[in-house]
Amino acid sequence: MYVVIMGCGRVGARLAKLLVNAGHEVAVLDASSGALERLGTEFPGTTMVGSGTDVETLRRIGIERADAFAAVTQGDNRNIMASQIAKHIFNVPRVLTRIYDPIRTDTFKALGLEAISPTVIGAKVFYTMLTDEESQENV
Amino acid sequence: MYIIVAGGGKVGFYLARELVAQGNEVLVIEKDRGRVAEMTSDLGSVVLRGNADEASVLAEAGTNRADVVVAVTGDDEDNLVICQVAKRRFNVPRTIARINNPANEQIFRLLGIDATVSSTEVILSVIEQEIPSDSMVPLVRLRDSDVEIVEATLPLGSPLAGTALRDLDLPPESIVAIVIRDGEPIFPGGGTALQAGDALIALTRSTHEEELRQTFFARR
Repeated sequence: MYVVIMGCGRVGARLAKLLVNAGHEVAVLDASSGALERLGTEFPGTTMVGSGTDVETLRRIGIERADAFAAVTQGDNRNIMASQIAKHIFNVPRVLTRIYDPIRTDTFKALGLEAISPTVIGAKVFYTMLTDEESQENV
Repeated sequence: MYIIVAGGGKVGFYLARELVAQGNEVLVIEKDRGRVAEMTSDLGSVVLRGNADEASVLAEAGTNRADVVVAVTGDDEDNLVICQVAKRRFNVPRTIARINNPANEQIFRLLGIDATVSSTEVILSVIEQEIPSDSMVPLVRLRDSDVEIVEATLPLGSPLAGTALRDLDLPPESIVAIVIRDGEPIFPGGGTALQAGDALIALTRSTHEEELRQTFFARR
């Protein structure tokens, strides 16, 4: 499938490499050219410097034929806006959004976004590990 | 009315001051400590320090009983999310967003924001009104439709001068509602003959806007 990733931080770059290694076509968008260097010189996908909340930029990167869009910049609101553009204007079949704020995560899930909150997931993992250890000690 | 203003920059500050003077209950939400202190000394205790895009801050501000939320920060994506959270989570009846990039106007409308204000668009339309040109100035778009009210001034030597309105070859779904001649509005009939210098206020669907422009500025 063809996946457009907005945000080339640690998560974006890693996701891009995973997808490319699995044989998918990937395009990565970031406002900073420095961030795109994370992908290394061997990266076979497309890269573009620009804003994912800009309709023209999205069009140029081929959002219209994308099977999926992932918004993983540091900014919750930027991710939310770009995802809504991808979903409602370009009708991308699968749109995933990273939202740190758990309350905003719930709100936009209710509005139909597939939202992932690293805050909620991270806390859950830590909690499970901590409480499991405790129960192991009790055993 | 209880009005929440998100963003305490210049726009937010002067807006809040006017709204307070009109007797409204107003709360400004601003994240910068310095700005909060400045505004509090000017406006009194109507400023809450915090990020208006954090739902917990909106809850603290009593957003669930707000009549209007106006988002006027310098970032379009923040303004969009503030309005959406206010509307969906706190059931605020009316949300208004400032738009910095005019291209975002359509996106905001599509995503359910009640009204948008784009200072760039406003300045552009003023420039277009000041400079005689072949451009049609969009005045208002009717809410929840693609019907626009536009204004076009017939230039000197316009081939349409002397043409009766009924003979004008208008695109479908377009009407000339008012003709402004020498500052006086005329409600035209089919027999009204156009003159150079007339300002035509017309209604049209966005899809026919370009055809309408070509009709008004046809060259011979």
